[in-house]
Amino acid sequence: MKRAAVLVGVLATLLGAPATVAAQCPRTSLGDIEDEVMCPVCGTPLGLATDAPQADRERAYIERLIADCRSKDEIKAALAAQFGDAVLALPGDAGDDDLGDVLVYVIPAVGIALAAAGIAFAVVRWRGTRGPQDRGGDGLAEAERRLDADMERYEL
Amino acid sequence: MRRVLAPVPIAVICAILALVGLLAYGLAANEPDRKVEESLARGDLQPAPPLELPRLSGVGTESLEDYRGKVVLLNFWASWCKPCREESPLLDRWHQRMRRGGGMVIGVDTLDLVEDARDFIREYELSYPMLRDGEGASRERFGIIGFPETFVIDRRGRIAAVRRGPVDDAFMRSQVARLLRKRS
Repeated sequence: MKRAAVLVGVLATLLGAPATVAAQCPRTSLGDIEDEVMCPVCGTPLGLATDAPQADRERAYIERLIADCRSKDEIKAALAAQFGDAVLALPGDAGDDDLGDVLVYVIPAVGIALAAAGIAFAVVRWRGTRGPQDRGGDGLAEAERRLDADMERYEL
Repeated sequence: MRRVLAPVPIAVICAILALVGLLAYGLAANEPDRKVEESLARGDLQPAPPLELPRLSGVGTESLEDYRGKVVLLNFWASWCKPCREESPLLDRWHQRMRRGGGMVIGVDTLDLVEDARDFIREYELSYPMLRDGEGASRERFGIIGFPETFVIDRRGRIAAVRRGPVDDAFMRSQVARLLRKRS
């Protein structure tokens, strides 16, 4: 009876071991990584490189590293060791975190804001310079008011 | 007339012009560099760009300068490139021939995974020296746009011929054999 209990205990430990390892494994996915790294030959993010043989090799390499229980950061570091920092698609991924990495986000935002403000300003000015006859409903109301005033003046 | 010169049409015209300009710049920037071919067509052999890279084995570096005085066939390849598979056995045969005449083939594994490149070399039993350019930094210097590409460098370190695409026996006979016969 005691021997059977020990056997059951050993079996439970052996069966539970892979699950424990899997739980400790920092799981990431190919889809999660391929948008953050480049296909160096194609010059596009790996996720957009569909037919390039080099991209297929890179994906296979990432999948091998995922199966090897590597974390996302470790996989990106391994890719940078193979292809250099240019393989990292996100600014700041190279680890230097310089001013350029901040400006990559700031400049487009400022550009879009300036363009929107410029267009709004141009539209307001354009509407302001148009004559009353060009102003649709407002122009019509103005003409009606003037007609009424004239009719009153001439007692018609 | 006033409508045409209004700010909104002007802004639209400017935006269209900016897009056209951007497109033109993109096309011009992606134009392949053909300085080597132009020099060769003029008969003006230019010095090969400097090249110093780590060995694919991972031990030490080698420089193109180290091979001055030899005829060098510098072959840029990658294990994922299908035409590279076709030309590799031919390159190895020619490496053996060139060694006897004071020359050699040097392979530059470019934008490739080290393990894949080593498997490739084992599979094709390649015996010539292999350098590694994982980042592909030498592509710009040599104007490389695809793989494989091969540069024939004479004993004085000048580019004597170039092949964009796989080499064949006729190219080797016409471009390499004649340089091997020259002693300087």
